[in-house]
Order: sequence, then C-alpha cells, then structure tokens
Amino acid sequence: MRIIVCVKPVPDPRHWNRMSLHPTLKVLVREGIPNVVNPLDRHALEEALRIRERYGGEVMILSMAPLFSLSILREALAMGADRAVLLSDKAFAGSDTLATSHILSEAVKRIGPFDLILCGNQTIDGWTGHVGPQLSEFLGIEGISFVKMIEGFHFEEDGTAKAIVRKKTEGGYVRIEARLPLLLSVVKEINTPRYVTFSGILEAERKEIQVMSASDLRIDPSQVGLAGSPTKMADLFMPEVKRRREVVQEKPEMASKLIFEKIRQRGLI
Amino acid sequence: MDFKLSEREELLRKTVREFAEREIAPRMEAMEETGEFPVDLLKKMGEIGILGVITPPEYGGVGLGNLARIIILEELGRVCPAIPMALQVHHMATHALSAFANEEQKRKYLPPLAKGETMGVVAVTEPSGGSDVAGMKTSARLEGDRYILNGRKCFITNAHASDIWVVIARTGEGGKGLSAFIVERGFPGAKLGRKENKVGLRGAITGELVFQNCEVPKANLLGHEGDGMNIAIRNIVETGRPGMASVALGILNAVLEQAVKFANERILYGKPISSLQMIQSHLADIYADLEISRLLVYRVGWMRDQNIRCDAESALAKQFSCEAAARSARKAIEIHGSYGILREYPVQRLLRDALVTIPAGGTAEVARLVMARQALSLVK
Ligand SMILES: Cc1cc2nc3c(=O)[nH]c(=O)nc-3n(C[C@H](O)[C@H](O)[C@@H](O)COP(=O)(O)OP(=O)(O)OC[C@H]3O[C@@H](n4cnc5c(N)ncnc54)[C@H](O)[C@@H]3O)c2cc1C
Ligand SMILES: Cc1cc2nc3c(=O)[nH]c(=O)nc-3n(C[C@H](O)[C@H](O)[C@H](O)COP(=O)(O)OP(=O)(O)OC[C@H]3O[C@@H](n4cnc5c(N)ncnc54)[C@H](O)[C@@H]3O)c2cc1C
Repeated sequence: MRIIVCVKPVPDPRHWNRMSLHPTLKVLVREGIPNVVNPLDRHALEEALRIRERYGGEVMILSMAPLFSLSILREALAMGADRAVLLSDKAFAGSDTLATSHILSEAVKRIGPFDLILCGNQTIDGWTGHVGPQLSEFLGIEGISFVKMIEGFHFEEDGTAKAIVRKKTEGGYVRIEARLPLLLSVVKEINTPRYVTFSGILEAERKEIQVMSASDLRIDPSQVGLAGSPTKMADLFMPEVKRRREVVQEKPEMASKLIFEKIRQRGLI
Repeated sequence: MDFKLSEREELLRKTVREFAEREIAPRMEAMEETGEFPVDLLKKMGEIGILGVITPPEYGGVGLGNLARIIILEELGRVCPAIPMALQVHHMATHALSAFANEEQKRKYLPPLAKGETMGVVAVTEPSGGSDVAGMKTSARLEGDRYILNGRKCFITNAHASDIWVVIARTGEGGKGLSAFIVERGFPGAKLGRKENKVGLRGAITGELVFQNCEVPKANLLGHEGDGMNIAIRNIVETGRPGMASVALGILNAVLEQAVKFANERILYGKPISSLQMIQSHLADIYADLEISRLLVYRVGWMRDQNIRCDAESALAKQFSCEAAARSARKAIEIHGSYGILREYPVQRLLRDALVTIPAGGTAEVARLVMARQALSLVK
C-alpha cells in the first residue's frame, strides 16, 4: 500500500498566548513561535504507519511550507514515515485553501501512483477543513472527511481494492465503502499517535527529504500564492472572552436541575 | 566552540517534553502523596529510549551519549524532578555495566535495564558515612564459587523497584580492598530494608538494601577484585554528578517558569509585580543561575562525549547547579509572597526537591574538595 500523508506545520498551541494579529495586514504574527506538526496530521500519520505495519508498503509525507519546516518533516520521519517531500517556493506564500490544494495535487501527480492519501480533518490555525476535500476533487478521486475508523480493506481479484471506513456524525457514525485510490480526512478519535523514539530520530537522519519548487512542479505562479487565491481575508480579530456570573440559590437538587437546564440552553451539551 | 544544539538534540528535547507533559505531569500529585515511583511508565520510557540512552545498541540501548542524556533528564526534571532522580541512578547502573562488565554480564543485564523491565541500582553509601567510601563495612568473602555478602546499604535510589543491583563491598583492606558485584534481588540473602520518607523528590524511591549471608556467584564480580573504588569513583564522576546536576537544571527551568508566571499574573498597585525592579532583580538572579548551570552541565556532557576527563568540571556542575536550584527556588517563593508556602503552588515543592539534590550523589563539601584539588594543581 502506498500512502501519502499531508502534513501542515502550525504554530505550537503552547505559545499561542504570544501570538498576535497584525492590526493592518490582518495576518497572524508568528515571529519566534515554534512550529509543530498539526495535531490531527499526527493521527493521520499514525494511521498510515499502522496500515503499513499490517499491509506493507510505503508512507510518504507531503507538505507545502517554508524551508524552515524541514525539522517538522524530520519529526514526521522520526515517527516512522519512509520519506518526505517539501513543496517550498516564495510563489506559494499567501495561498488560500484552493491554491494549496492545487499545489498539493500537482505534487501528488508527480510523486506517482498511490492507494491512499490521509489528511487531518482540519488544522488548528486555519481550521477550514477544505484542503482534504479540494485535493480529492483536483485528483478526481473519492474523499471522505470526519473519518474516525478504518475498519479494513478488501482486495478484489481484478486488482482493485476498497476500504470500509466509519465517518463520525453528531450522534454516531456512517459506515462507508469506497474504492481506492481514496483520500481520507481523519479526526482524533481514530487513534492515539505514538511517541517519537530515539532510534526513530537516528533513522530519520538517514531518510530523504525532497524539496520541490513551483518550477519543479511546472506550476504557473499566477495560479498560486496570493495571486492565485480567490479567497480574501475580510477581517481577522480576537474575540473578546468575558466571564459572566450567575448565582443559583436553591436546594441542591433544584439547583443542579436549573444549572443543567442553563447549560443545555446555551447549546453546550 | 559551538553552543548550538543539533537538530537531533532539539528533536530529543521536544519528544521528551511532550512525553513528560502528557504522561508524567498528571501523576505528580499521586507521587507526592504516596512517595511511589510510577513503575508502569518504565516500559514506555524504555521504548522511547530514555532508559537506554547511554547504553550501546548492541545491548538494547540507543547509545546517544552523555549530552543527550543530560537534555533528557533536564526536560523530565522541568516537569517532575523525582523522575530524573530515579532515572539518573538507573543510568549510573547501565554505565557501570557498559564500562566495567564482561561480555557475558553485559548481554545478561543491560537489555532488561535498557528496555525498562526493571530499574538499576548502584549501592555505595552505608550508615558508616557516604563521604567516607573507603570506610565502608559491607563485606564480601569468597567461599568456593560464590561470594558471601554481609552488611547494609542506605539511601539507595530505586532500591524497592529494582531487580539488578551494582553493589560495592569489601574484599580486602582499605580503599584498595573494595570490589563491585552484580547482585540480583532474588539471590539468597538479598533483602530490602526500610524505605525513607523524604521531604523532596518524593516520587523517587530511596531505601535500604540488606545482605545477610547473601550468595553471589563468582561470575557476578564486576571487573576484578580491588576495582571497587575505581568503579565507584568513575561512575559517580562520569554519570552520577552530571545526572544530579541535570535534575537540578530541570528544577531551575521550572523555578524560572513559575516565578515569571506568578510575577506577570500578580497585580499590585495596578500593575503586575514583574514591573517592580526588586522583583526583576530576583528574576535576573534566577535566570543567571539557570543559564550558568546549563553551561556547566552541558559542558560536562560534551567532555564526556569527547572522552575528556572531567573530575573537577563534573563536581563543579553538580555543586553549583544543586545549590543554585535551592537558592533560586527560595527566591521564587519570595516572589510569591505568602502564596509561595501554600501546597497548591509548585514553588514550595521545587525548594524541597532542590534541597534533596544537594547531598545526593555526593555532598557539596565533597564536591568542593575535588574542585579545590584542581585549583591547587593549577598553580605550582
Ligand atoms: C487564521 C487563519 C484563517 C484562515 N482562513 C482561511 C479561509 O477562510 N479560507 C482560505 O482559503 N484560507 C484561509 N486561511 C489560509 C489557510 O490556512 C491556508 O491557505 C491553507 O494552506 C490551509 O488551510 P487550513 O489551514 O484551513 O487547512 P485545512 O483544510 O483545515 O487542513 C486539512 C488538512 O489538509 C492538509 N493540509 C493543509 N494544509 C497543508 C499544507 N500546506 N501542506 C500539506 N498538507 C496540508 C493537512 O493534512 C490538514 O490537516 C487561513 C489561515 C489562517 C492562519
Ligand atoms: C535522594 C538521595 C539519593 C541517594 N542515592 C544514593 C544511591 O543511589 N546510592 C548510594 O550509594 N548513595 C545514595 N545516596 C547517598 C549519598 O550519596 C550520601 O548521603 C552522601 O554521599 C553523603 O553521605 P552521608 O549522608 O553519610 O553524609 P556524611 O558522609 O556523614 O557527611 C556528613 C557531613 O560531613 C561532610 N563531610 C564529609 N567528608 C568531608 C570532608 N572530607 N571534608 C569536609 N566535609 C566533609 C559532608 O559534606 C556532610 O556535610 C543518596 C542520597 C540521597 C539524599
């Protein structure tokens, strides 16, 4: 099984209190904030590694990010991926989800045949959840989001194969059968990612990271980056979080009912 | 001279930090309460490579070296100093075996230690005085194909959680009459004594080992008869003191974080107290203690990795960083005002932990003796 895992470096949530919004440019000011692998992408990678352990094959990391992200890819390799491709070019800067998906799809076409692409369902910074679905559209394959379990694969005699997956819904899940090649966007319930091991770190030092630019991908610069992005950020702001206090003065049983009702009315449960 | 950590070292740090925050931090309270080491974490730490970091790959370790070990202990200590206290002695046991055991002994005892099947122990100190190693009383008498051990070891880290003990005992007269043995907990006559109730580093077990006509096969002699003093000294200089210094370094990281956090959150006169000059002066002192300790400890790791002798440097790193941790923890408590002495604020625990690091691995006075010897040798 050849599996591509899409990985996006994102600012480490532990340092988000140091992050600010640029008042006029409306972008995140991330200077000095270390990056980490987008948390759900670790779940995607974990799932890929488990599939490889069971069915054999190869796990490739694909990422579009600035060159300083090499260490993030090294971390993904240390977790156990076989090799990585980093798409890096000044022309890619400012890409919206459409341009990002376009770039990723061009890279996938050059990487060669694959059976599965695994993405996180969404990132912790952009949080759009667009990239997985758009990438599957660009590639003309099936895509399923909110995947919380891969039950297994059926390999037919004619060489085709299909996967049976569970897609998380609000009250439960939908069981879906889909033909490979297939793109799955995973949620955190799917697994618990393994820790990087020290021997994994040593092995990763000998693994290949291929860097590709816009011209390597034969991409027209006007199709990517700010120029190729139809989405324009209208506004970006920090919501004001305010604490409110209400005192419930009732007997314990009544009070708990009232509090429960208030929580329910706010749609919190 | 290169002060920049490599990509490998940065990744090690990140990995261990994540493990510590996710797996160890939630266990802190229970460790404080019960004084028990969370032995169920051993297997995971073994898989990651934490336990076998200085054990060669041929014997189940990862062989990443001494600087890597220091970074790992520092990161663990930032979250919970008791864990690296226990692990640093575990590493001492693996070092004693890697450096002095024969092939057969290495193949038998190193893999279970590196994998986390059990913890390691190095037992030198006796009730007769930890500083006076040559004065120890535990005896080992050769009878046929076995040694018979009699005596008592105290303040032994991991005692009640270990199956493999490196024990120094007397086979002859004076300092030259000491020998090292590998003792299994299951050997006849090997017993556990009391478990100490410490004020700090509570999650690391400290206790007694008792030998009552304990039968140790001759094949379990480490090195040769008479090597005991050398093994004990090299072990403490090359792993024990840098290890204790790393625990203190971890404490200093936590002290700085807690002090800055509180100083920024506590509002007086309408402003955070971090804007007060005298508070800033405390913070500057803590920062200096942290940075100086780190330079000293990392240097020892680097020297060890280059195979450079580091007796005085190791003693300096140990003495400075352990005392720095205690004095900085006190400053952090002062920054907290009265909140600093409440149980729910970690600074009081950091002070208790720091105090315990000072005698462990040799006292500050003994470390100063080593440094003074070096100073006296510099000018003739
Ligand atoms: C605060 C913020 C808000 C934004 N809002 C929008 C918006 O509303 N519309 C818009 O078009 N753009 C938006 N962007 C830009 C957007 O982040 C990036 O253009 C796009 O590259 C990724 O979108 P995402 O982070 O939402 O990814 P998602 O679609 O949430 O990511 C899903 C998965 O796709 C994969 N993936 C995503 N990006 C990459 C990558 N670069 N390399 C490899 N795999 C990847 C990962 O597996 C990831 O888990 C926003 C960015 C920020 C920081
Ligand atoms: C948490 C912890 C873990 C430990 N783990 C281990 C372990 O795993 N294995 C092990 O073998 N031991 C261990 N020890 C024991 C430790 O190494 C000894 O406690 C230490 O060496 C001091 O010995 P002592 O307590 O007998 O003090 P003593 O040796 O009795 O010293 C008493 C005082 O005299 C001073 N002194 C001694 N000699 C001199 C001198 N020549 N000049 C000036 N002053 C001197 C000392 O500095 C000290 O102030 C541990 C201790 C602690 C606290």
